[in-house]
Amino acid sequence: MATINTAYRTDPVSGLRIFKTAEGLIRANAVAAVVTLLLGGFFGLLVALTRWPAVHLLPPDLFYMSLTAHGVLALIVWIIFFEIAVLYFCCTSLLNSRLATPKLAWVAFWLMVGGVAMASVPILLGQASVMMTSYPPMTASPWFYLGVIIFAVGALVACFIFMATLVIAKEERTYEGSVPLVVFGALTACVIAIFTLVSGAIILVPTYLWRVGLISHIDPLMYRILWWAMGHSSQQINVVTHISLWYLVAALVFGAKPMSEKVSRVAFLLYIGFLQLGSVHHELVDPGLSSAWKIFNTSYAMYLAVLASMIHGLTVPGSMEIAQRRQGYDKGLFEWIRKAPWGNPVFSGTILSVILFGFIGGVTGVVMSVEQINLIIHNTMYLPGHFHGTVVGGTTLAFMAVTYWLIPVIFKRELIMKGLAAWQPYLFGIGVGIFGVAFMGAGVLGIPRRHWDISFAGQALAYDWPGMAYLMMNIGEIGAMLMVLGGVAYVLITVGSILFGKPIPENAKPYPKVPDADVVGGNKHIGAGGFEAPGTFVFAMVFFLTLVLYYFINWKYLSTVWPLT
Amino acid sequence: MATSYTPPSERLWWNEPIERTEVLWITIAFLWCLFMFYFMIAWHWTGKQNLANEAYRIAPEAYAAKVKAMTDQYTVRTETDQNIPVVHPPAGSDVYLAASLWQWRPILELEKNKTYRLHVSSLDWMHGFSLQPENINVQVLPGYEMVITVTPNKAGTNAVMCNEFCGIGHHTMLGRIYVKE
Repeated sequence: MATINTAYRTDPVSGLRIFKTAEGLIRANAVAAVVTLLLGGFFGLLVALTRWPAVHLLPPDLFYMSLTAHGVLALIVWIIFFEIAVLYFCCTSLLNSRLATPKLAWVAFWLMVGGVAMASVPILLGQASVMMTSYPPMTASPWFYLGVIIFAVGALVACFIFMATLVIAKEERTYEGSVPLVVFGALTACVIAIFTLVSGAIILVPTYLWRVGLISHIDPLMYRILWWAMGHSSQQINVVTHISLWYLVAALVFGAKPMSEKVSRVAFLLYIGFLQLGSVHHELVDPGLSSAWKIFNTSYAMYLAVLASMIHGLTVPGSMEIAQRRQGYDKGLFEWIRKAPWGNPVFSGTILSVILFGFIGGVTGVVMSVEQINLIIHNTMYLPGHFHGTVVGGTTLAFMAVTYWLIPVIFKRELIMKGLAAWQPYLFGIGVGIFGVAFMGAGVLGIPRRHWDISFAGQALAYDWPGMAYLMMNIGEIGAMLMVLGGVAYVLITVGSILFGKPIPENAKPYPKVPDADVVGGNKHIGAGGFEAPGTFVFAMVFFLTLVLYYFINWKYLSTVWPLT
Repeated sequence: MATSYTPPSERLWWNEPIERTEVLWITIAFLWCLFMFYFMIAWHWTGKQNLANEAYRIAPEAYAAKVKAMTDQYTVRTETDQNIPVVHPPAGSDVYLAASLWQWRPILELEKNKTYRLHVSSLDWMHGFSLQPENINVQVLPGYEMVITVTPNKAGTNAVMCNEFCGIGHHTMLGRIYVKE
């Protein structure tokens, strides 16, 4: 009978308890995440240098191999490893609880590592250049499917360990009342992750069996619907996780509390109810599906998940604004944001994540998931523009920002190169911004995604793109280079700090913790015109008008193409 | 006191009033969400660009036979040194386009402002029908025959390219649709 290990240390930086059993797991998953980000980013660089018309680096086989590797490693593996680290951190340190079944958690970790290795080897050998989507009847090495399945099983086990820890924390009364909002968000992410991973298993297991000859046929449409129930929902895990981290950072940097627990939690619940309908975003122009089915699903049942994101988009900066105003920055509409710590990468990365996720990822996502508008966008460069706004600008940047806070807390090291760290979110974020907007433009001009040679050199039926299309591709890849620089800076700072950062001794004097704004802030009557967060409301209206305008511009554009029914 | 990462200070947080900024924003956002939902439905009556949802299951060989029948009957000339047939079917007729590794066949010649039933399917893997510069994009699946009732309203030469990755020759996969005055 093993004894239960409840040992913990109190972290001097945050005042949080770091449980011994969870600490090693959080570190391992975080390190695996950063390593895969480095690899995934490297392949992203190769992809960018090839799709950059002025460079066109790789031959087609290596390009398609690199694009597959980039998708699998940067879109799936990096993010899921980091999310598991976040889940373990939330359920232990934020709930004062030991981790459930740490040994099983290590099994989950090694399953994930083994799965990634098993899928990566055939990719690198060029035996699985099928893109991460691996649409049948195109085939990859069977090890590719098996590797992805094993990775997913590991992640699924980790999700259940998170839930088991919530049960333990409740049972052992390690906290009072309801779980914190951040943990509630993490739980939401976990529920969606389980849906996601089960969907993936439902389609990838038969696909593996088909690949090894035990099943005769995989229906391509069924594959797309189920695969995207994993592929799209996995991006919703990211959304929910990074929104939880936005709330965390608002509290860490400003001592903010949620504007309303009720509103924020209901918004998270809306995600559980409706986000997973998003698989259909990939099948809006597929044969064999009815418009009624598409409209209901693509809008997340009347845009209820979009509503949730719009709510979080207001309440996160809104809670920062209220905290700042309570602490005295109450002048005018925008003093609170002017006086924000723009040199602190934890804050700047987070606020850039909010902006990029909303204005690039969110606006494009809403517009292109309109049933009819998808006709002029499906599978064009617009898509990479969109999802780099969500996943890179939103999720990856938020994860980077939180890393700068986690390194002292979890790895007990001070950050090195603090000056570079202060610039890193801007470098990366501006890169994402340029990349996103330029590829929206390229997509509107029809440039296909996942395409080695848009010049169609030597083709009898070649098509000449307008010069603007090439300009957009060139500008977009310059944005990609900025992202690469920002990514390199991130990896340097992270790995350098873990290896060479000044150790923070256990008995170090506590860093001055940011006090809760409610406690220190004397200001009771804040804001203007009866609004506690008028500045945020102005920003929200700017977002709203952008969305409305851009929405109708796309309808206008759609109305000019060939009539079709 | 509480922050976002500690348990709520009020145990009955459900009863706390909601601040005005949030109430107003949620109202605006929700109304906009409803508008977008109904606008998508409305476009099926007011708009001219809607997919018909007309599709059939079909074996690739059967589809290839339909394409061949049309090509045999209505080919008007061939183009390029590969002698790709250019088919000019009668206005209002059923027109068949086949995607395969790595070509779109045949080349179609349509008349401006005439309506056609354009059938699209794949003979092997998944492909993406992308018509440029018109910029109409639909997914093409093997085993599914999609029918789009289309009215080309601009004369000119349109390229058909593939925008779903379909293997090493993906970027060479091209076809053409001419629209004549």
